[in-house]
Amino acid sequence: MDKEKRNTNYNVYVESKIPKTKAWPSLFKAFFLGGLICAIGQGFFDLYSYLFPNLAESEVTTCMLMSIIFLTCLLTGIGIYDVIGAWGGAGSVIPITGFSNSISSPAIEFKKEGIIYGICVKMFTIAGPVIVCGVVGSIICGVIGLFI
Amino acid sequence: MQTIVLKNGAYIRAGYSIVGPLEGKGPLKDYFDYILKDDTFKEKTFEKSERKMFKNILTGAIEKAGLNIDDVEFFFGGDLLNQIVSSSYTARELGLPFVGLYSACATMAESLALASIFISNGLAKNVVAGTCTHFSSAERQYRFPLELGNQRPPTSQWTITGGGASIVSNVKSNVKVVAVTFGKVVDYGINDVNNMGAAMAPAACDTIMTHLQNVKRSPRDYDFIATGDLGKLGSEILIDLMEYNKMTLGKNYSDCGCMMYDKTERVFMGGSGAGCSASIFNSYLLKKLQSGEFKRVLLVSTGALMSTTTSQQGDTIPGIAHAVELEYVGDDVKIDNKKKWDSVKVKQLAKAGVKE
Repeated sequence: MDKEKRNTNYNVYVESKIPKTKAWPSLFKAFFLGGLICAIGQGFFDLYSYLFPNLAESEVTTCMLMSIIFLTCLLTGIGIYDVIGAWGGAGSVIPITGFSNSISSPAIEFKKEGIIYGICVKMFTIAGPVIVCGVVGSIICGVIGLFI
Repeated sequence: MQTIVLKNGAYIRAGYSIVGPLEGKGPLKDYFDYILKDDTFKEKTFEKSERKMFKNILTGAIEKAGLNIDDVEFFFGGDLLNQIVSSSYTARELGLPFVGLYSACATMAESLALASIFISNGLAKNVVAGTCTHFSSAERQYRFPLELGNQRPPTSQWTITGGGASIVSNVKSNVKVVAVTFGKVVDYGINDVNNMGAAMAPAACDTIMTHLQNVKRSPRDYDFIATGDLGKLGSEILIDLMEYNKMTLGKNYSDCGCMMYDKTERVFMGGSGAGCSASIFNSYLLKKLQSGEFKRVLLVSTGALMSTTTSQQGDTIPGIAHAVELEYVGDDVKIDNKKKWDSVKVKQLAKAGVKE
């Protein structure tokens, strides 16, 4: 049997042996956690609107986002967020908390290699692709917007 | 020939193992020599903790064998970190002549095999072979930051914190290294870095088949056959592959990765890492061999030889496995090893060898 055929057969066999992630429990957990994070965000939003009635809605939104980002960084720093993320999966990744965690966790991890080569260089190893996607996406949208 | 039968005696004089807190809760907790209370080992970085652990493993093994550092002529070892820094820095600390080796997680069997060949050929009297890994240092090198809230795929394995070392000597003891087989690098085209068991199983199968053919034995002749870190999925695949080659691995077969943790712990397919087979061989297997409960054991450490760069470039994962066959020869020598051991252990815990 030639190697390629052997490898293809083996890959098919391995694929059949791999235990599959159960879809429904994962979906439920992600939905629940994502919803919970959004509810907490809404809580902050309502609190700030109540405390500072003079603030514009966009400013209240910014304050709410800052609070959520801070809370995530704090939970990351004290080693709780990775447990939450491992449980809730995409539910913790999609809201801004996931982005905050993906920047703060390498910053903590690579602090030992120094401020420049550790924190500054490695900080965006996880979030980098997201930022690149965002920037490229906005350029494309901007160019399209120019002609509409 | 791929298998080298050691004509003159190469004996395991002592083995010493240290594991981390999570591993220390597993089913083999009573066999390990020392269990860390805190996985940083009171060091600033995980790389430093790994080194400190390795140093304690080597000094522990040397003391347990009743030797001084100067009596040890060579140190065969390696680890998983880039440029095998843990081993070379440990060798620097201890001032031992160092033979640095790398076969990823198969390093324990490789170093033990080379050490035994050295002894058997009369090139040295006492040598030490060992390896060590740390979950956190491996994780940051191969995968993601520890605090990242990501999910692991169900086929992933957990790099163990721990390691072990054996003193191989020409002085007779209960455990003799009989034959060693150096494996071929086998690649069946798996490129999922989260499924190392499947990538390494063909290599393990190849090495076991070759070894059995060359020493003219069947799996039934062994009291225990242990693979390094195939994990649950990998060992199931190995059993199937052996079956395909008309060899049956029975109840005497197990994988160190599967033996390391309780089922309740969240480690998915089980333990992995160079320290996995090293710590279990130097604790559980060696103690069973020394007491004569196991008469013949085959240790097959398995390794995946990829790097983060090659896997990002889409290359498949080559696997390797080395085999070491050990026998209980205690009926020939009348040494009360157990007594000797206990006294050394007590002395050791009190002394500087292991201090947090």
